[in-house]
Amino acid sequence: MAVSRSAALDIGLAAPKPVSAHDRLRRDLRFIADMIEPSARVLDIGCGDGALLHYLASEKGVDARGVELSQSGVNACVTQGLSVIQGDADSDLDAYPAGAFDVVVLSQTLQATRQPRRVLETLMRIGERAIVSFPNFGFWRIRLGLALTGRMPVSPLLNQTWYDTPNIHLCTIRDFVVLCDEIGVRIEKSVTLDRYGHPFSLDPRGALANLLAEQGVFVLTRGVS
Amino acid sequence: MSSAITPRILRRPDADWPGHRLLVRENLPLDCGIEFGPFTIAYQTYGRLNAERSNAILICHALTGDQYVADPHPITGHPGWWLTMVGPGLVLDTDRYFLICANVLGGCMGTTGPKDIDPATGKPYALSFPVITVRDMVRAQKRLIDHLGIESLFCVIGGSMGGMQVLEWATTYPECVFAAAPVASAARHSAQNIAFHEVGRQAIMADPDWCDGQYLEAGRRPGRGLAVARMAAHITYLSEAALHRKFGRNLQDRNAVTWGFDADFQVESYLRHQGSTFVDRFDANSYLYITRAMDYFDLGAEHGGSVAAAFRGTGTRFCIISFTSDWLFPTSESRELVHALNAVAANVSFVEIETDKGHDAFLLHEPELFGTLRGFLNGCAEHRGLARA
Repeated sequence: MAVSRSAALDIGLAAPKPVSAHDRLRRDLRFIADMIEPSARVLDIGCGDGALLHYLASEKGVDARGVELSQSGVNACVTQGLSVIQGDADSDLDAYPAGAFDVVVLSQTLQATRQPRRVLETLMRIGERAIVSFPNFGFWRIRLGLALTGRMPVSPLLNQTWYDTPNIHLCTIRDFVVLCDEIGVRIEKSVTLDRYGHPFSLDPRGALANLLAEQGVFVLTRGVS
Repeated sequence: MSSAITPRILRRPDADWPGHRLLVRENLPLDCGIEFGPFTIAYQTYGRLNAERSNAILICHALTGDQYVADPHPITGHPGWWLTMVGPGLVLDTDRYFLICANVLGGCMGTTGPKDIDPATGKPYALSFPVITVRDMVRAQKRLIDHLGIESLFCVIGGSMGGMQVLEWATTYPECVFAAAPVASAARHSAQNIAFHEVGRQAIMADPDWCDGQYLEAGRRPGRGLAVARMAAHITYLSEAALHRKFGRNLQDRNAVTWGFDADFQVESYLRHQGSTFVDRFDANSYLYITRAMDYFDLGAEHGGSVAAAFRGTGTRFCIISFTSDWLFPTSESRELVHALNAVAANVSFVEIETDKGHDAFLLHEPELFGTLRGFLNGCAEHRGLARA
């Protein structure tokens, strides 16, 4: 068996391992997708080219809606038949009624909003739950980079120079947890991802998570934790 | 006098124009309180209605448009106004959809309007034609859709005033509209737009040949007034950038200015041409009535000013499109519409398309417009279970 397989490999006939729609998602989006129930009403804010929405709509029968700032992103979404409006988290969420969605997703976008606190409050108003992911500015490589070079860190997740970056409100996991406490948002679940995108479970309130996680994914509900 | 626009003799409208006509005998209750009828609806169709009658798309035309979407205009001979959009394999795919476009009530291309004979008097209606609204136009179209045996339209689509009709369809007959695509439109006509319309109407009414609206009986045509109305309106359909790109300060067939009031500049010559060709194909009183209908358009008016309330409970899928350089129906107005639809958690897509072509962009070659609408319609067709072409 082993022989025949290696022979097949040698002449390039091995069937490629099938890549599922799930595998094709960006790593943090996979965790988000797994947290969403089938048939849920979902709003993805900053949905980009619609990869998550498309997956949720086609694989989970989700009622998928999106908000995206770039015209190219919105067009990519609408061209796929997704319901996406051109807008941004700061100014285009207020019209939605309370509890309009089961889940509101804000992935890698919070740090680019003008008023993150207000945006977070709005998410909690229009969604029963919110899933928020963001790069952790407390990640040890970022701390070390700043300490050693004295320059604003540029990393795979935060890959633009300070004068080009749309990320105007960077925070650490600790900062985020404190903000949730302040505005009465309960952290139902959290996943921290290391620099390879592998999850590890550490209390998000602990100093270690804030040091080791390159990004955090949080499931939030209303109510005090 | 050489610098003024001289009206030409209009070829009189003719019952021989191509297309279908429906005579509606039952009266139509209008917003102004009048029961109007009988009346005729002139319309064109393209493609085939499927057995389930589920693939019909109603195209709504703009202020000076007509039902000749993809046919030569019977008076001017110009090609159809939405040939970029309508045809086999195009966005409004005639191999897949059954397309309908009707001349609006109050129009002058075959549907009953002020230039037609009032059966009660044997004379043209002129100003005795009732003042109509965009909703009245839609009510008339509903009679046509009923006549064609279509219970639910797959999509209603249109730009500018066509978009207003789309919105009226979605709020007046929500159960009949599966998808709605208002392009370069708004939930209400703005003060600025009413102001421009008023300039146009005053130009028409100031023309001595208008004869208090009775020009047909007097054997005259208020061509100068109508041309000026068109010239003023045409500026609003373009953008400063587009005018600059097309004409700049270029002179027309001359090397220097003539120190007079001839059309020295290309842009003047262009506008005069737009004005004079328009009067060949359009009726001045129709222009008064249709601009008035647009002015009266305000979706939220019956709902305490809330546009959202007009859409409450809607199951229609919406695709709203605006253009960056459109200052007649600016993006802010489309966005207001989007927010109203969000407020009732409606299924809505919204795209603002980058272009310097102004309001008229919806009639022109705009690949982003085509891509967006194609994607929207494909997505809707999937949900509706329509077979691919």
